[in-house]
Amino acid sequence: MARFSLTVNGAARVVDVEPDTPLLYVLRNDLDLKGPRFGCGLAQCGACSVIVDGNAIRSCITPVSTVENQEVTTLEGLGSVAEPHPLQAAFIEEQAAQCGYCMNGMIINAKVLLDSNPDPGDNDIKQALDPILCRCGSHLRVVRAIKRAAANNAATA
Amino acid sequence: MDNVSLTRRRLLKGGGALVVSFGMGTVTRSLAQDGGTPEERPFAAENPDLGSFIPEPGDYLDPRELDSWLAVTGDGSVTMFTGKVDITGTRTALAQIVADELDVAFDQVTMVMGETTRTVDQGRTVGSSTIPRAGQQLRQAAAAAHQELLKLASEHLGAPAERLSVNEGVVDVAGDAGRRVSYGELIGGRRFDVRITATGYQRGLQVAPEVQPKHYRDYRIVGTSVPRVDIPAKLTGEFEYACDVRVPGMLYGRVVRPHTAIAEPASVDERSVEHIPGVVRVVRDGSFVGVVAETEWAAIKAARELRVDWSTPRTRMPADRDEVDRYLADTPPVRERTRRENRGDVEAAFADASTTLEAVYHWPFQNHGMMLPSCAVADVQGDRATIWTPAQGPFTTRDRVAIMMNVPRKNVDVRYVEASGTYGRLTADDAAEDAVLLSRAVGRPVRVQWMREDEQVWDPKGGQHLTRVRAAIDSGGEVSAWDYENTSMPWTESQGMPQLAERQIGIEPTYYGNANGTGGAGAIYDFANVNIRSKTVPWIFEEVMPLRTAALRSPGEPPRVFATESFIDELAAELRVDPVRFRLRYLQDPRVRDALRAAADRAGWVERTSPRAAADDRILRGRGIAVNQRGGSVPAAVVEVEVNTETGKVTVSRVTMAYDCGLIINPDGVRNQLEGNIIQGVSRALLEEVQFDASGVTSVDWISYPVLRFTEIPEVEMVLINRPEMPAFGAAETPIVVVPAAIANAVFDATGVRYRSVPLTPERILAGLRAERQFATPAVGIVI
Repeated sequence: MARFSLTVNGAARVVDVEPDTPLLYVLRNDLDLKGPRFGCGLAQCGACSVIVDGNAIRSCITPVSTVENQEVTTLEGLGSVAEPHPLQAAFIEEQAAQCGYCMNGMIINAKVLLDSNPDPGDNDIKQALDPILCRCGSHLRVVRAIKRAAANNAATA
Repeated sequence: MDNVSLTRRRLLKGGGALVVSFGMGTVTRSLAQDGGTPEERPFAAENPDLGSFIPEPGDYLDPRELDSWLAVTGDGSVTMFTGKVDITGTRTALAQIVADELDVAFDQVTMVMGETTRTVDQGRTVGSSTIPRAGQQLRQAAAAAHQELLKLASEHLGAPAERLSVNEGVVDVAGDAGRRVSYGELIGGRRFDVRITATGYQRGLQVAPEVQPKHYRDYRIVGTSVPRVDIPAKLTGEFEYACDVRVPGMLYGRVVRPHTAIAEPASVDERSVEHIPGVVRVVRDGSFVGVVAETEWAAIKAARELRVDWSTPRTRMPADRDEVDRYLADTPPVRERTRRENRGDVEAAFADASTTLEAVYHWPFQNHGMMLPSCAVADVQGDRATIWTPAQGPFTTRDRVAIMMNVPRKNVDVRYVEASGTYGRLTADDAAEDAVLLSRAVGRPVRVQWMREDEQVWDPKGGQHLTRVRAAIDSGGEVSAWDYENTSMPWTESQGMPQLAERQIGIEPTYYGNANGTGGAGAIYDFANVNIRSKTVPWIFEEVMPLRTAALRSPGEPPRVFATESFIDELAAELRVDPVRFRLRYLQDPRVRDALRAAADRAGWVERTSPRAAADDRILRGRGIAVNQRGGSVPAAVVEVEVNTETGKVTVSRVTMAYDCGLIINPDGVRNQLEGNIIQGVSRALLEEVQFDASGVTSVDWISYPVLRFTEIPEVEMVLINRPEMPAFGAAETPIVVVPAAIANAVFDATGVRYRSVPLTPERILAGLRAERQFATPAVGIVI
């Protein structure tokens, strides 16, 4: 076991875990977060996505030892039911979920996309989210939600 | 629902033992047909594997007590209890039904779902039955409560019930503004202590049939797109999925299973994981092997590194899909079913035919592919167990675990917690049983999480299907006979059978499970002579093996409709008739005709024959249509495709679906289901096939078992046909069944090649195109 200092959703956290533990299990089991989700453990589905220093990464294959002193943002770090992030609000408005399990990956990767491209077209969105899997088939709603968020951003900018 | 059951008594009485040929040993089983309608019997009574159905006091909440269905608190909010579980939105839709019936606001209603100690057993969440069956039961229970509340209000206010009106749970006396009382004041926090009528069991339960529910014209909330109550928390990380359940003292478990049939381990080397900090126990019970650890990562590493020397299984895996097809074709069935629509003399019609057509269609094993692999938490303390699980049948899990632990049913408390979409997968609750074995071994609660590989390999799969269809055309160009035979294995694991862990500790099945059905086999067409049948071949093995089977979204219908609607298209092409016009010639049901026309109209269907005129383009474009009817719901889809003749890639560019499910409870909920069914249908038609060989299942992840991605999704158009005067039917499964056939028909339209095997992979497409070039272009296309 070893101690690691992390910054998660803006708060300093110290965990005592095996150094090769993937970040996903630290976030979920040591820090009680539910946004990042286990889907494959192979970086193939994106359900575990979190933002580290502005990039979306797959926390299921990222050892906790590699993210020390970096900003980790999870779905919880964006907003809450009481105060949703504009992106989350757009997903709610579009009712963009069926079982909703993959939506962590959708929103986290959409956030990174919009940060670099505030006005993406359908193809930009589909390309950016192509590695993120959804089994229920919520893709069309996800695309609409991201476009809605972009439009809302433009309207308030 | 028909069942095939096997008992020693029947074996002796019925004779006719059958042999499963893939087993190196043999399993002999016999078959009997149960009488009566399943809806009148409890599920447990249908399945001898669930033990004798003699409920003891405390086993079930009494549906004749109004308090079993709902509770009102002091502030007037209503908690409604249902044995059903939410998969994609029925928590919201059921609350809409209840709120309307009770005259309360939608947000005054909270649903408690799928808890064996707190909810009435309304049957498993299967068959798109939640809205049509449980919805009706809850509507009647709520109507009975509404009647009782009016009675209480009448006494309280001293006014006859006819003069009372209710709005958002407040009862007013007409013309007397000051006299009012709320539901909370009338009954809040107290029991009704009222008996209502309830007969039957589970999905066949008739609740308070004498109470008149509201007329559909008086619905205020039903029929509107109320936003789903679960969605916001799912998008912010506040929602608790099954994998988020945390119990004090909980440990983490993983299971260790090979990729082939499971025989006893010759050895389990505990020393191989001694170096991993946090490992609590290596658990071995029969052929079951699992690990328990203080941390999840330690459990994962231990499961990965544990050295298990599996002995050679007696059950042989089939070498490939073709071997299974030969097995389906050559094995005497344990059950044959026919349709009540069968009529006339098919053989005589063939003898008189001027033309006959015949084709064989193939459908592979497919995975459910839940995004969250199986998981559950169990806390076994002595002879009691508490289980948190996303099971589609919490009561089935309870009964199975009770048998597994040899304890009374009421000692097992099963609480539903939502997971990712299941599509039938969690009719088999494997992880709960795994968790029970691990928790029992360590005396602490254990959360079991299957890894992706566990899920892909051990998912009880949608079965392989083989369909032979032939048709006779008479001298007048009319289809005079339809002869259809579909063969598959039963959906064994969905039926309350002993699950993986139980089989591994020596509990044997005595029962086959559901027989293969006949839905989607062409009975909607009014041909003069019809013979539709389905065959079920035996599919139980000495040891559990990964090609086990379960219900997969509209079980059996995507393969059957693929054959039916493809062959209808072949007939239309043979007779040079437009595919929509051809179908309308033989469709009788006005709802089916309406849906077909609505889809065609919205898609801008232009009347012509298929295939489209030959073109030399690199990209060929085509359109196809398919229609079906299932359980009162009617889907029709028009699909547009592009076929790349160089790469063989099929792109579904647009899907237009018309859907009629009677009364629509929540239009956006139905649209959401349609979008999802369409996309999953495209995925199953183009990409999905379980890979295996004699050594085991080889599709173990999302690379070896790909599913449809963002850059491959079609545009979707929908037409919802609302019929408020009708009952509400389901939308969870039925839309998917028409999609694969419509795609294959569109590919035929584009290329002139008839593909009769799913999935339509680039390799398969290129092989078909090559064959066509080799043999020149025939009128109705080459057969693949």
